[in-house]
Amino acid sequence: MAQINRHDNRLGLWGWLGGGRWGIERYAYILHRLTGLGVLFYFLMHIVVTSLRAFGVYLWIEGGVFHQPIFRVGEFLVYAAFAYHAFNGIRLVLVELGFAVGAPIEPVYPYKTSLDVQRPLLIVMMILAAIFLAVGGYEAIGLAR
Amino acid sequence: MADSNKTVRDVKFHVTRYNPETDAAPYVKTYTVPVREGMTVLDGLHYIKENLDGSLAWRFSCRMGICGSCGMLLNGRPTLACNTQILHIAETQLTVGPLPNFDIIRDLVPDLMSMFEKHRSLKPYVVRADEAEVNDPAGEFYQTPEQLEAYLQFTYCIKCGCCMAACPTLATDARYLGPMPLSAAQRYNQDTRDDGRPQRNQVTGSAHGAFRCHYAGECSRACPKGVDPAKAIQHLKRRLVLDYLRLARRKKACQKLHGPGQGQPPGNIPAAPPKTVTPSA
Repeated sequence: MAQINRHDNRLGLWGWLGGGRWGIERYAYILHRLTGLGVLFYFLMHIVVTSLRAFGVYLWIEGGVFHQPIFRVGEFLVYAAFAYHAFNGIRLVLVELGFAVGAPIEPVYPYKTSLDVQRPLLIVMMILAAIFLAVGGYEAIGLAR
Repeated sequence: MADSNKTVRDVKFHVTRYNPETDAAPYVKTYTVPVREGMTVLDGLHYIKENLDGSLAWRFSCRMGICGSCGMLLNGRPTLACNTQILHIAETQLTVGPLPNFDIIRDLVPDLMSMFEKHRSLKPYVVRADEAEVNDPAGEFYQTPEQLEAYLQFTYCIKCGCCMAACPTLATDARYLGPMPLSAAQRYNQDTRDDGRPQRNQVTGSAHGAFRCHYAGECSRACPKGVDPAKAIQHLKRRLVLDYLRLARRKKACQKLHGPGQGQPPGNIPAAPPKTVTPSA
């Protein structure tokens, strides 16, 4: 039998952005991944920076590199990523354990999905993340001093 | 009454074309279609084939959202061409492409085999310990309306592949089982006639199984039948966790009636109301 050529149409990373209707849960999904990668990058850098101590390099002391304004902003972004990732993660744990998605229903047009059912949970978690960010971020950008 | 044959406006169809014998990669070709009130995208494609370009290929059958053959990417959204009216989604421009996350066989025809192979791996049928009863049934199985409702929503899947095309996780992980097979697994896991959940758990609980889903929800938005695969997957995960922790309630598959009228019905079924019409002699 003759071999039939096929074109690979898998979206790859573009698929995180394309091929859908862009509901709020999709923004939450992408932001969750980006903040996860951001926090991971911070942890790796943290290990590198603290290990420099073995060579007598102290970047975090008063007047050191990490007291430059850009690093204060970076610190705030890490904190913001942590706040979002943590509260959205709690939502995902609850949803993935079957809470807040509702029981199966008879699909009647216009269809109501589990996304509508869990949306209040998403909103509550985002409000909590915003409060957490406002309180902690106030400290992180140095306004509390 | 409006004249249904009157052209409302011309719409440019930007259609993805690909011939595996002559093209190295897909390209977009534009056709102008005179659109009437109530005309679906599938009607528009038929117009192109009959009047503009007979070489255009796509897959369709029932024309009424039942068979699941005509899943396509319309203006960037996976949906059924037969179920979508042109004037509802396009002013003057409409992009029509094959479902992503599947190989393209030709033009708008995706290769859905990867989806069906994953579907098959999850044993999408009633599995029972008493196999002889399935092969040679001697009676019916009890099932209450509540037990039916626990999985009925997930039976409406028509395997069109729109959820698979919309899934962002599947876009970067080709081995992920995807929304359609996983919701089919949940459909049979929830069926009280079924004994096959432990076997399915081996696949749904694997590294590329249900826990790769992170609830972007695109499958449920894309589904043209309201199946809500995202809900099915979350319930599936819950049951996987309970099974892993051995916290799931042990439940035997429902028993069968041994022949018509010979079984013992459950005691909570109310008696039928008295007859209101007496048949004439």
